[in-house]
Amino acid sequence: MFAAATAAIIAAMVLALVRAFAGPSLYDRILAGNSFGTKTVLLIGLMGFLTGRPDFLDIALLYALINFASTIAILRFFSYRRSREEA
Amino acid sequence: MGRFIILVLALAGLWLLLSGYFDNALLLMLGAASIAVTVWLAARARVMDGDSVPTGLMPRIFAYWWWLTGEIGKANIIVIRQALAVEPKLSPKMFTVPLPPKTTVGQATFANSITLTPGTVSVDLREDGILVHGLTEGLCDVAAITDMGERVARCEGSGQ
Amino acid sequence: MEAVGQFWADIEILRNILSWGFILAGGIAVVSGAIGIVRFPDFYTRLHAAGVTDTGGAELILIGMLLQAPTWIVAVKIFFIGAFLFFTSPVATHAIAHAAWMVGFKPLEGPELRYKEDGE
Repeated sequence: MFAAATAAIIAAMVLALVRAFAGPSLYDRILAGNSFGTKTVLLIGLMGFLTGRPDFLDIALLYALINFASTIAILRFFSYRRSREEA
Repeated sequence: MGRFIILVLALAGLWLLLSGYFDNALLLMLGAASIAVTVWLAARARVMDGDSVPTGLMPRIFAYWWWLTGEIGKANIIVIRQALAVEPKLSPKMFTVPLPPKTTVGQATFANSITLTPGTVSVDLREDGILVHGLTEGLCDVAAITDMGERVARCEGSGQ
Repeated sequence: MEAVGQFWADIEILRNILSWGFILAGGIAVVSGAIGIVRFPDFYTRLHAAGVTDTGGAELILIGMLLQAPTWIVAVKIFFIGAFLFFTSPVATHAIAHAAWMVGFKPLEGPELRYKEDGE
């Protein structure tokens, strides 16, 4: 059961990577990166169950928070860069 | 003061549930210290208001979330069908929906509920409402989204 | 607490069936969300596909994992992961959409999927 779900999530991660590399715009790439992060959270949790070590969930929890913060931080970074170019 | 007590209780609950230590005196003291520092920082930064400790919408918000879960499920099925269809029938458009909730927390809850429902994403908050991007004709239902906003507005009624 | 644990062990077959269902549904939602991210024609439509992965897919898989939780603390942690995703994913999606809208990204509109002319 967990192996099947892990396979599905890895397939979805590959698809998200395709979009991240294909772009075409910056925002497509950020969106794909954010989606990849959500899938990573699920993957870490499932890996914990697969290997019989549910302690992995602590890492998944932390990763969920880091993923959110990093998406916001990247958007901030590019909006600053843009406003400097315009100035 | 009520907000202060709720914040302390919420932080204590979070610490206890995530650590799972109930009988180690040293760790419990360190946990209490970390809660005290967090609350002190929140008070010092003056963020302990209705926006960051949103008690205004409780307790009716829980019933609203339950209802929202059903809406998210229905919208998920529509979008998944489009993603897997051989020829997706997309008809994206931008439209504005009115903004029934009056408080900032209510408006944020409403906008996040729109985004959380697949097929509709809130793009911008304007004077006259929320600018929403919808995926298909059926999902761009202004009446249904306004009904969602009125449900949030009803949650606002009691608290503050 | 003891009785709850006993009950949890007794319904193992039922839990297994249910979590198979939830994880299967969640896997389908995650994969179709990813297919949508690749297939859909423009940035704004891809946002909706990403939303399917963030809400339906993630929460269904987490419910499936919740049903397999060996101890209560594992269940609590899965619940918190679900709650954090529930609250943070719309904020992140909105932040991306708003940033793109603010720099003047135009969406494709209508069933013909074309860009709106200025002055329409």
